[in-house]
Amino acid sequence: MDDKSPYIHPQYETMSREELEKLQLERLQATVEHCMNSSFYKKRFDENGLKPEDIKSLDDIRKIPFTTKQDLRDTYPFGMASVPLRECVRLHSSSGTTGNPTVILHTQKDIDEWANAVARCLWMVGLRPSDVFQNSSGYGMFTGGLGFQYGAERLGALTVPAAAGNSLRQIKFIKDFGTTAIHAVPSYVTRLYEVMQSEGVDPRKDTKLKVLAIGAEPHSEEQRKRIENMLGVKAYNSFGMSEMCGPGVGFECQEQNGLHFWEDYYIVEIVNPDTLEPVPDGEIGELVLTTLNREAMPLLRYRTRDLTRVLGRTCPCGRNHIRLDRMRGRSDDMMVLRGVNIFPIQIEKILMQFKELASNYLITLTTDEDNDNMTVEVELEELFTDDFQRLLSLEKDIKRRLKDEILLTPHVKLVPKGTLPVSEGKAVRVIDKRKVYQ
Amino acid sequence: MTIKQLSIFIENKGGTLIEVLDLLSKANIQIIASTIADTKDYGIYRVLCSQAAQAYLILKEAGINVQLSDVFALSIDDQPGRAADAVSRISDAGVSILYLYSFLWKSKGVLVFRTDESEKAKEAIMLNKMKFLTEEDFSV
Repeated sequence: MDDKSPYIHPQYETMSREELEKLQLERLQATVEHCMNSSFYKKRFDENGLKPEDIKSLDDIRKIPFTTKQDLRDTYPFGMASVPLRECVRLHSSSGTTGNPTVILHTQKDIDEWANAVARCLWMVGLRPSDVFQNSSGYGMFTGGLGFQYGAERLGALTVPAAAGNSLRQIKFIKDFGTTAIHAVPSYVTRLYEVMQSEGVDPRKDTKLKVLAIGAEPHSEEQRKRIENMLGVKAYNSFGMSEMCGPGVGFECQEQNGLHFWEDYYIVEIVNPDTLEPVPDGEIGELVLTTLNREAMPLLRYRTRDLTRVLGRTCPCGRNHIRLDRMRGRSDDMMVLRGVNIFPIQIEKILMQFKELASNYLITLTTDEDNDNMTVEVELEELFTDDFQRLLSLEKDIKRRLKDEILLTPHVKLVPKGTLPVSEGKAVRVIDKRKVYQ
Repeated sequence: MTIKQLSIFIENKGGTLIEVLDLLSKANIQIIASTIADTKDYGIYRVLCSQAAQAYLILKEAGINVQLSDVFALSIDDQPGRAADAVSRISDAGVSILYLYSFLWKSKGVLVFRTDESEKAKEAIMLNKMKFLTEEDFSV
């Protein structure tokens, strides 16, 4: 690796469109062939009268049916695997709060390739083996932990698995270890800055920070700018999802004009979520990804439910990998708050356990200062007491139970019965006022 | 020994109080005393009135979150120290007060309070021969 080169994998990063597409077709054909080892895909191809040989061009990908999160749940835990379990070395899983969890399996080669993809992202934004990378992201099942750990190590950076939380210790590490780069969710960066301020630490003078990788929760350009101004460093947007390994799927280059999605690893499609037909470049649609480089569990045409659009296919940075806009929302009702995925049904399930509450509720997501917050308004069925302490303890109880379920503490607001909007048919349950979606 | 008080749950925003007052006024209910305790998001509006049971039904029917609560209304002289005296007697009997408010009624002070320990409170009132008001005193 030449530290002066802007590319860690120049042979892939600087491929022309033609070379990329040629490689993609080869890898797609190999992937489809390999998928026939998965009982799920074998059945799905047979049911649709489809054979691996039918994929003769990249456009033929549209003959392949979509894969959904429900498919992953239905085949829980190992029904989607394309290799015997004994060849797998890692398993990541979602929490499964809305049904069966989803399981993603990896072979050693998958882990290696994942590390390569993340290393490529970090190199692209300026990290080199001489850097100290502090990963202030959750570890365990959350792929942002191990994903960035392996990627930064692969690149050769000194990597600190600081994990999330304990801000004072984080700041001590940043100062003592000479941390030059951090990965965290945007709201945690804001939190770190607040603690730095109260501790009298000036990030510009007292630290060697130069790069931030932020992702896993939606944030606007304005929020990014504010984070950059706080710490005096560049902040780059990262996209990942556990179904596609985790981080390393898409990442901004130093142009900060869209995220490069690695087309030697994935085929990117943007489709209309209703018709499932492709949309023209520039138009917002649902991101659909096909893995091209995965052994244990390749996924064909996986509907991510994330909404975005194509910004371009060339870039002054010299990479021709497709550039996508930051995620603009979801085509289902999943909310992403501070890196945690939440479905309204999880909240509903908890609220319905309180006999003091009526069945109507409203979830509002807001950006206050720089933090994304959730407020849950609930209607009181009966005024069962006129004692404030009891109302407050009911509120506290609801908060605690919600926290156990969604891992975040929302604001809970009791309102009189009949005050929340009831729409014809399906009630409006979520209002997202966060800046990123404005 | 206790009297009925309306406790009304209202949202902390414009127009909610007037809705309740309009309903009471149309039903010709007379408010004797009222007080609001509030948090950032909501308040509890407590009302002593004539015909509390009827007022309760009217509000309930209109979809208002309302409760009829049993409260004590002690009559005390309108003099310094009387309230302290009354409260300390109640308190000495081991009664904890959830909330309390006061007003003047026919030149006498009235101390209204609510407790979960009604039996103890009744005992303390009787043993100390304290004067208390009944709903009849407020019927107009």
